[in-house]
Amino acid sequence: MTQVKIESAILGSGGMPLTQKRESLFQDSLRRLVRNRAAVIGGTVIIVLILMAIFAPLIAVKSYEVQVLVDQNVVPAWIIKVFPTMAPYARISNDYPVGADYVGRDLFSRILYGARVSLAVAFIGPLISLIIGVIYGSISGYFGGRVDNIMMRIVDILYAFPSLLFIILLLAFFRSTISDIQPGTLAYAFSKLDEAMGGLFFIFVGIGLTAWETMARLTRGLVLSVREKEFIEAAHTIGASNLRIMFRHIMPNILGPLVVAETLAIPGYISTEAFLSFIGLGVNPPTPSWGAMISDGAQTIRSYPNQTLLPALALAITMFAFNFLGDGLRDALDPRLRGTQ
Amino acid sequence: MGRYIVRRLFYMMVVILVVSIITFGLMHAIPGGPFSREKALPEETIKILNERYHLDEPLWKQYVSYAYAVLIPHITTIPPSTSLQDDFLVNAQIGSVWFRWMNFGPSFKSRSRTVNDIFRDNLPISAQLGTMALIIAIAIGLPLGVLAALKQNTLWDYFGMGISILGVSVPVIVLGPIFVWVFGVALKWFPPTGWGAKPPYLFGFLPSKLGWDFFKYAIMPSVALGLGSSAVIARLTRASLLQTIREDYIRTARAKGLQERVIIMRHALKNSMIPVVTILGPLFAALVTGTFVTELMFGIPGMGKYFVTSITNRDYPVIMGTILLYAVFLVVANLIVDITYAFLDPRIRYD
Repeated sequence: MTQVKIESAILGSGGMPLTQKRESLFQDSLRRLVRNRAAVIGGTVIIVLILMAIFAPLIAVKSYEVQVLVDQNVVPAWIIKVFPTMAPYARISNDYPVGADYVGRDLFSRILYGARVSLAVAFIGPLISLIIGVIYGSISGYFGGRVDNIMMRIVDILYAFPSLLFIILLLAFFRSTISDIQPGTLAYAFSKLDEAMGGLFFIFVGIGLTAWETMARLTRGLVLSVREKEFIEAAHTIGASNLRIMFRHIMPNILGPLVVAETLAIPGYISTEAFLSFIGLGVNPPTPSWGAMISDGAQTIRSYPNQTLLPALALAITMFAFNFLGDGLRDALDPRLRGTQ
Repeated sequence: MGRYIVRRLFYMMVVILVVSIITFGLMHAIPGGPFSREKALPEETIKILNERYHLDEPLWKQYVSYAYAVLIPHITTIPPSTSLQDDFLVNAQIGSVWFRWMNFGPSFKSRSRTVNDIFRDNLPISAQLGTMALIIAIAIGLPLGVLAALKQNTLWDYFGMGISILGVSVPVIVLGPIFVWVFGVALKWFPPTGWGAKPPYLFGFLPSKLGWDFFKYAIMPSVALGLGSSAVIARLTRASLLQTIREDYIRTARAKGLQERVIIMRHALKNSMIPVVTILGPLFAALVTGTFVTELMFGIPGMGKYFVTSITNRDYPVIMGTILLYAVFLVVANLIVDITYAFLDPRIRYD
């Protein structure tokens, strides 16, 4: 047993000897992923971020929304050492671990709670675009012919729409439509849901409605390549239904590339949310979002750089982590690309 | 090829038409009009304003007259007036006849300007920023990718890919404040905000004076915007070149004793550019939308501000004008990309 393990470690995934214990595709990929140092670091950072976001109420000493106006723009002593230009005018208060913002809210707990928004987008965004994109793309690819033609032309047209602009337009539409609608309707329920989620719901909808196109194209391409394989023909011959073939036979074969594509798209979703919050169409205040904090802090960046640079750093670390993990996942799930990408 | 381009041009028009209809419908579906104020205007005033801008007509009629004003050239003998309703983008005089085309209408918000004014004064700034960023993206990304591929698994490779993952992970809204603070505030190398070119522009969009006064403003925002794209180019170039240099024809070229430089430049690089050109389309889109953030971040008086404020202000002509402009940019960029393919890879035939 140990002999086999050593051998597989030496040979790697390339030429596997016949005597080796059979590994499932998943185990094989997992092993390759764990061996990738950058991916492991990325994954660890993400887990730490998730834990910090979940246990934010326990970690944060101060509230993220209570404004202590006498503590406006105060900074702790160590910040002065990092940004010496602040020394002449900054008011020092070591009550705040990284300082307070322009209305005297604790920056540290705002950054901590801001992770909730970014991570929520990081996980829900791909989910929505994956669901819509996979259903749309597999119908288009599976049935082919005229259906495929029409469905893909629609995607092409939507693709030409500058997606960020489309999201902005949609958000403006959602946000203002909701303000004057009657209770009891579906739109009202959505608006209440959005309010309860601090404005996140419509961001999800906006991202989902624009991000699915890429997934649909990818799914269609993958379905097309799998559709003609012998095992699908075999399934047809024994009388399997279309739905069964799609979910039991095609889906498992195309899931890998889809997951990789989504993981690599996550940083894009995170920065979209940050951008939307930056221009004031994102989460509703006082829900903290890194994008909104960067935007608020940018007003006073000359005098209080910590208010912008710290949330910016948090955003960058999160994006790094997801990029590393995404790269590692791609190499692990698709070993053909290794050494080339 | 000719037939392909004609077909694509036709297809482009369909796309633009659909984009314009969706935008038109969506923006009119947003409650509140351009004249809704915190302190409501008298009903009479709003009625007169709506009549003046034809906002009281049915939607389809408004759309048709908008399309008419933009698309159909006006050929008259009357010289252009200074009226805001009568501002065309193209004004050509042939003899005593005026050929006038593309009236995007007045801006509802700023009473003394038209959408065409915005295109003339602010669009060139965005175009300058975008072009600089694209040049930087290619100038950094391409050599970095080639270097990383040719020296695979060496320090060069790790350095190049490290830079590129940095570029992908750090969006403009992160890089912007860092640049502003480090180079603008702390080191004082560059002015932290502003832009160094004013109208009139050379050929409509080039700054009339290219000197330090222009570049001291342009360098920071262009690098902040271009770095992300350069990372994408570097990664793709590396991947593609690595695949190409393992091809048989490269071995053939080596076997017949060609110089390494010739092999790389003429055989490997040209062939490996095909996938890189593919992403120039989406990349261009990212740069175009990226200019918004960059402009807001660095206080650059480009189009970005107008796009965002026009939606919150319900400034219908400005919304339509900006979205259509970007849509046209994107589809044209994609067409150019597709034509470049055929040039790079003669095997691709469009019929």
